[in-house]
Amino acid sequence: MTVTTTWYLSLAAVLFSIGTVGLLVRRNPLIMFMCIELMLNAVNITFVSIGSHLNDLGGQLAVFFVLVVAAAEVVVGLALVVAIMRRRARTNADDLNILGG
Amino acid sequence: METTVFLTSAVVILSGSLGVIFSKNPVHSALFMVQTLFGAAVLFVLLEATFLAAIQVIVYAGAIVILFVFVITLLGVDRAEDLRVEPISGQRPLAVVLGASIFGIILTVLIVAVGGPTGVQEANTPIGDAGNNTRLLGETLFSKQVFSVELTALLLTVAVIGAVVLSTRPQKPLIKTSEESQNHNFEEEIEEGKE
Repeated sequence: MTVTTTWYLSLAAVLFSIGTVGLLVRRNPLIMFMCIELMLNAVNITFVSIGSHLNDLGGQLAVFFVLVVAAAEVVVGLALVVAIMRRRARTNADDLNILGG
Repeated sequence: METTVFLTSAVVILSGSLGVIFSKNPVHSALFMVQTLFGAAVLFVLLEATFLAAIQVIVYAGAIVILFVFVITLLGVDRAEDLRVEPISGQRPLAVVLGASIFGIILTVLIVAVGGPTGVQEANTPIGDAGNNTRLLGETLFSKQVFSVELTALLLTVAVIGAVVLSTRPQKPLIKTSEESQNHNFEEEIEEGKE
């Protein structure tokens, strides 16, 4: 029983779905960010496995850029969360209605 | 051997990701995320992407998760969230249905409909073995993809500047509300009256 690319793709699909459900269910903005990271990781696994399947370095290059974008996104997102939480005590995504009229 | 490693890391990844979304405490979620990232790093090693495996551990587990933990401790949001309370009624079943359908769609597109990934073999650069993977990656990044690397540098600079701007506490409010200006005038009038 050899490990084929299909196995990696199935695992990545499961991981992406778990991240989606977590993003929809959880209300803590930090955990929602973590779920986004899970989804990005699933995509990374997909890139690397397909790149390995096709013997092409492009998949790994894409993962490199995904990593950089994920780091930038987390930095800006957490700065936003800190800036918002300074004004309000509760850390709940449902309470963030400061843009409302 | 390969099957054993794959199955073990699959169990590690899936249990870690379930731990992320079911932990009440955000710190526990961060630690479960480290578990997931390590499992993915093992998969990268299995796929002979050795450089990405190292980067995965260093950047994700070493930098991003530490950033999460710092923010958690900074904000003091380590109190547990009550998961039994459903904030919007009927949201969770809908979320599970949506997640299951996304899973089905991805699986269909990736595997069933196409019969495995298709494409041109070695269209970009061959991967190479574990030994020269890093060298090939670096050569391609700084020859064919050099413009993307420059854009990445720009993105990181913008992100750093944005984080600094967002995290500096404003010295005075940018827009004076009417109450504040009225209070201010009132105090000035009192001071003038004393003089």
